[in-house]
Amino acid sequence: MKSLTRQKRFEEVKRMSDGLDRVFIIGCGTCATMAKTGGVEEVGAMKARLQEAGKLVTGAVVIPTACDEMTAVLLEENKKAVEDARCIIVMACALGVQQVNLYLSKPVLPALDTLFIGMEKSPGYFFEACDQCGQCILGETAGICPLTACHKGLLNGPCGGTDKGKCEVDPEKDCAFTLIYERLREQGRLDLMRRYHPPRNHQVLPRPREVRIS
Amino acid sequence: MVSDLKKALGNNKFVITSEIGPPKGTALEKMYQHIEMLKGKVDALNVTDHQSSVMRYPSIGGCLAVRERGGEAVLQMTCRDRNRIALQAELLLAYSRGIKNVLCLTGDAVPVGDHGEARGIFDLDSVQLLHGIRQMEEGYDFGGNELQGAVEFCAGATVTPEAEPLEPQLIKFEKKIDAGAEFFQTQAIYDLERFAGFMEHARQFPVKILAGIVLLSSARMARFMNENVPGIFVPRELIDEMAAAPKGKALEKGIEIAGRTIKALKEEALCDGVHIMAINREEVVPEILAAAGL
Ligand code: SF4
Ligand code: SF4
Repeated sequence: MKSLTRQKRFEEVKRMSDGLDRVFIIGCGTCATMAKTGGVEEVGAMKARLQEAGKLVTGAVVIPTACDEMTAVLLEENKKAVEDARCIIVMACALGVQQVNLYLSKPVLPALDTLFIGMEKSPGYFFEACDQCGQCILGETAGICPLTACHKGLLNGPCGGTDKGKCEVDPEKDCAFTLIYERLREQGRLDLMRRYHPPRNHQVLPRPREVRIS
Repeated sequence: MVSDLKKALGNNKFVITSEIGPPKGTALEKMYQHIEMLKGKVDALNVTDHQSSVMRYPSIGGCLAVRERGGEAVLQMTCRDRNRIALQAELLLAYSRGIKNVLCLTGDAVPVGDHGEARGIFDLDSVQLLHGIRQMEEGYDFGGNELQGAVEFCAGATVTPEAEPLEPQLIKFEKKIDAGAEFFQTQAIYDLERFAGFMEHARQFPVKILAGIVLLSSARMARFMNENVPGIFVPRELIDEMAAAPKGKALEKGIEIAGRTIKALKEEALCDGVHIMAINREEVVPEILAAAGL
């Protein structure tokens, strides 16, 4: 499981940090390094571009996992450079950004766009496997999630847009219900596809979603 | 009160429906003209619901215009743009204003339309919408709360007889019937032999099938549909026939083919009627009917 990210255009990073001339950059050694969006190399490149754009970079680090509490320790270790900066530019997914935001009061700015939580199916190929809907129906869909694998998140079968087993929105993508159908047929469980799924509960946990574990 | 379309479907007559595509904007004169022209010639007029995810004047507005002109309207309702609360409210409005037929659709995907960044809602799917309508008829809303004054609809859905793979489509077809669909308007069909195969299957169920007729306007359009429109198969011979039409006569040829197809469907009693879609060319529907001898 990885948080998939994409770099924002540099102009957007510049616009966000307009008027904040001293920056500290944080990359992430886990997902963003894997996605090649916030590892050592990308942080180095960002540093150079920001300097070119006239910013003073007070420091740049790649922390092991930006979204955990070790981030606090790393910020402490780089206290001086962090304090000198007027903003922090985070090259991690939005969880990393928000983790840093927990510890600092100065502006924390995302340099990446967070796309989805993905599963690696084959080397380098990630797909969105779960929308965290709170009411898992994988047991009835042969382990394929229609909420993420179907463009429309349908439950009761393919829409009229399905064509030669592919999806209406992209002829490169499989229609979720072709996949579900084929697997259920192999398992001899096509009766599951005939079952009526009532409308989903979109408020299993009303937003903001929270859980307390004691 | 039972809808006129339901009565026609129950009469074992060959039912004819057609379609009105509302404009993008408030220049409604042309739509009104089409309604005036067609209302007496068909059993009911569908009004499309932001077809192809392109924002237009709404289906409910077009249906009201059909009613005001004394026609029978079929409200097309997709699940793309409204959650279950908005869908139900619109059903109440429709029923209160004499619109008693609904065609329940999932809806095209948002990115294919002209507001590609909009959110696709899909709170319900077509099967759940059908189910919900039957529940409203029992006097309860989709949430199980009692209604003050219920509704009564003739509810229909769509099916793609040429879908590939076919079995998932047929499973969904049955689910729609179980959920309460009374009639189906099919995706466009051109090959009667293949359609007869589908009808053999469909005849097991207590539903009425109206075969989809999409007017061919050129050989190019036919080829385009073959390549790009899901579940449409125009046989080689028809494409050749279109291509062989003299310059400027392709549309006439398309009208002839559509008329001929309808005539054959009726004579061979292959299905219960037709749904004619003359996309953006509503004015030629009377010619198609004449070509069909209707
Ligand atoms: S149904 Fe899909 S989105 Fe919901 S929990 Fe299961 S995998 Fe996740
Ligand atoms: S083609 Fe299949 S995956 Fe794509 S939106 Fe339709 S049902 Fe969903």
